[in-house]
Amino acid sequence: MGFERSFAGTTAICGIGATEFSKASGRSELRLAVEAVAAALADAGIEPDEVDGLCTFSQDTNPEIDVARALGMGELSFFSRIHYGGGAACATVHQAAMAVATGTAEVVVCYRAFNERSGYRFGTGVQDRPPVANAENAAMAWNSPHGLLTPASWVAMFARRYMHLSGATSEDFGRVSVADRRHAATNPAAWFYGQPITLEDHQASRWIVEPLHLLDCCQETDGGQALVVTSLDRARSLPRPPAVIRAAAQGAGNQQHMMTSYYRDDMGGLPEMGVVGRQLWGTSGLGPADVQSAVLYDHFTPFVLCQLEELGFCGRGEAKDFLADGNIEIGGTLPVNTHGGQLGEGYLHGMNGIAEAVRQVRGTAVNQVPGTEHVLVTAGTGVPTSGLILGVDR
Amino acid sequence: MTDTLDTTPDAFQARLQAFEGRPVGPPTVAPDEVNQAMIRHWVEAMGDENPVYLDEEAARANGFPGVVAPATMLQAWVMRGLRASLEADRARAEGSTADPTAYDELFLLLDGAGFTSVVATNCDQDYRRPLVLGDRLTATAVIEAVSAQKQTGLGDGHFVTTRLDFTDAAGAEVATMRFRILRFKPKPVTAEAPPAGTDAPRPRRPRPALTEDIAFFFEGAKEGKLLIQRCASCGKLRHPPLPACPHCRSFDWDTVESTGRGTVFSFVVTHYPQVPGFDYPLPIAVVELEEGTRIVAGLTGIDVGAIEIGMAVEVELVAVDEDLTLPMFRPAGPAATGAR
Repeated sequence: MGFERSFAGTTAICGIGATEFSKASGRSELRLAVEAVAAALADAGIEPDEVDGLCTFSQDTNPEIDVARALGMGELSFFSRIHYGGGAACATVHQAAMAVATGTAEVVVCYRAFNERSGYRFGTGVQDRPPVANAENAAMAWNSPHGLLTPASWVAMFARRYMHLSGATSEDFGRVSVADRRHAATNPAAWFYGQPITLEDHQASRWIVEPLHLLDCCQETDGGQALVVTSLDRARSLPRPPAVIRAAAQGAGNQQHMMTSYYRDDMGGLPEMGVVGRQLWGTSGLGPADVQSAVLYDHFTPFVLCQLEELGFCGRGEAKDFLADGNIEIGGTLPVNTHGGQLGEGYLHGMNGIAEAVRQVRGTAVNQVPGTEHVLVTAGTGVPTSGLILGVDR
Repeated sequence: MTDTLDTTPDAFQARLQAFEGRPVGPPTVAPDEVNQAMIRHWVEAMGDENPVYLDEEAARANGFPGVVAPATMLQAWVMRGLRASLEADRARAEGSTADPTAYDELFLLLDGAGFTSVVATNCDQDYRRPLVLGDRLTATAVIEAVSAQKQTGLGDGHFVTTRLDFTDAAGAEVATMRFRILRFKPKPVTAEAPPAGTDAPRPRRPRPALTEDIAFFFEGAKEGKLLIQRCASCGKLRHPPLPACPHCRSFDWDTVESTGRGTVFSFVVTHYPQVPGFDYPLPIAVVELEEGTRIVAGLTGIDVGAIEIGMAVEVELVAVDEDLTLPMFRPAGPAATGAR
């Protein structure tokens, strides 16, 4: 597979917008989506009636046509939804960029909004009702009758194997949580603003699913996040500095399952993120040394270690050494999740991490990394996933 | 039971059928004559632009004696209004209805037998002549039929049909309406019967979704076998099952019965959330079978603190309830194999 992509270097994120991140928004998911999209368009300096494309997650409950009607967008020529939960995050921008680069649309807004804390919570169990017999439900037949019911439990099964293979410990996972919470502590938009934690706090937090403690698990959040994608030429005429899309990619691995890929020869990695990483580096012509910070999807801490390895920031099994001594914190060689991540800022299914990468590229992040040229962002892990490299317009 | 009445099903049905033919209450006289103002509001709300409801000339041109009321307004003419409805509801709720109607008595009887929920099912109207300005209607409601107990998607219940006869000031019939409701027992949240010999329904584990591709595995488990799908063409084993072989793409497959021996490849101990049907802390493993395939399964007969990757385990097929048998694994004898 070649890595040349017509959208790379010719498209950009020109606007970002979000609602507040809360535990009880008090309003509909659709309203959150519409508020976030309106805020992103205002940030971009683009009128809603110029939007001709919308893209979201297949898990999102807010139809493109409802968002379009609410904001008077008129006609749409591109709308698309992406499957596999949080793995869709960067893929929304990927598809938007493809639509713009092919002339299918000129302005595409990507969005995700939900009441994931006050409404339907992904982490709750399931009830005794016979599921409809189809392949997606049948995939759960191997897990749910045994009580392996939640995302935390699916990831914990990987984490145990990863610890066995790499020698990583629960404290190593905890260092991800400590870094996220340190960054959130100075981010006024973060739910855990002003509330850093120590490794001792992490170790003392209760078990959710061994080997995962409470503080290995991201928050549950109500909110909405939107991003506006257009051509780089158009973006240059707009008020904000463009965040140039240097690369974007999706990836599913060999013998991929939805969060339960326990049947591959090796159960210690995230090969689907390897598929994404090879494309991102190949398309952008960049390497791990060329990004000044990264937003690595952190619904559960162990997969941040696996991502560092799959993306080539360190060798296989070496992540525990890479993130020692605050190396992934501000001031380290690769600050990770400078907004606080989904453990610290909020769980917007990865979309808030893309917004943080845009702020880093613009130079407006609350925890700005000096000299930022490129930022790498990833989407949900353990699932078919996606990634982005955003860069400064040079 | 203090009720001295016969409560057998037949007797109950007889009591219900005794209501058939009884007037619901005294006739209702329309508070207003058929009038242009109410018609205007109705057609505007409905978006009905037929001129015969508002324009005298158009009505005559269409063969009417004058402006006519929309036929489906029929019941609107005799409605008692919001305040009276609310007061009647409150009185019923407080049990202070001064003059109980046949409806009140029937619904009390149905409530007492557990048919506490209601849904309107259908309404039919027959018209004898168009209503014209100045008509003053009277409606007489009769309980026309109470059905035998029926099974419905909502629950078991009785259909109650009410007939309203509408007459004009001269006492001539102008229309009839039949309105049917279902009074039903709401289905319990879990409709399954508890296993014999238990007092309370035991919460059940989540059900597997059984497609044609995977049902064999759970059928085998019920027969005490841990089955592994095998490609009938190249002989490779695969789990979880798939409709085709990823190695040779053949759609032909059969199964082999596993020895049930394996080792713990990875494991978790679940603490939260605690879902009914499971005991916590709950140990679950990925077990690598002797045959080479892996399977997720609960661990049983084991101290959760003593589980290790690589420990030898053997299968036990456990009937977790009357229609679900699952393979679970317990520690094997001392001849444990080493960690991979």
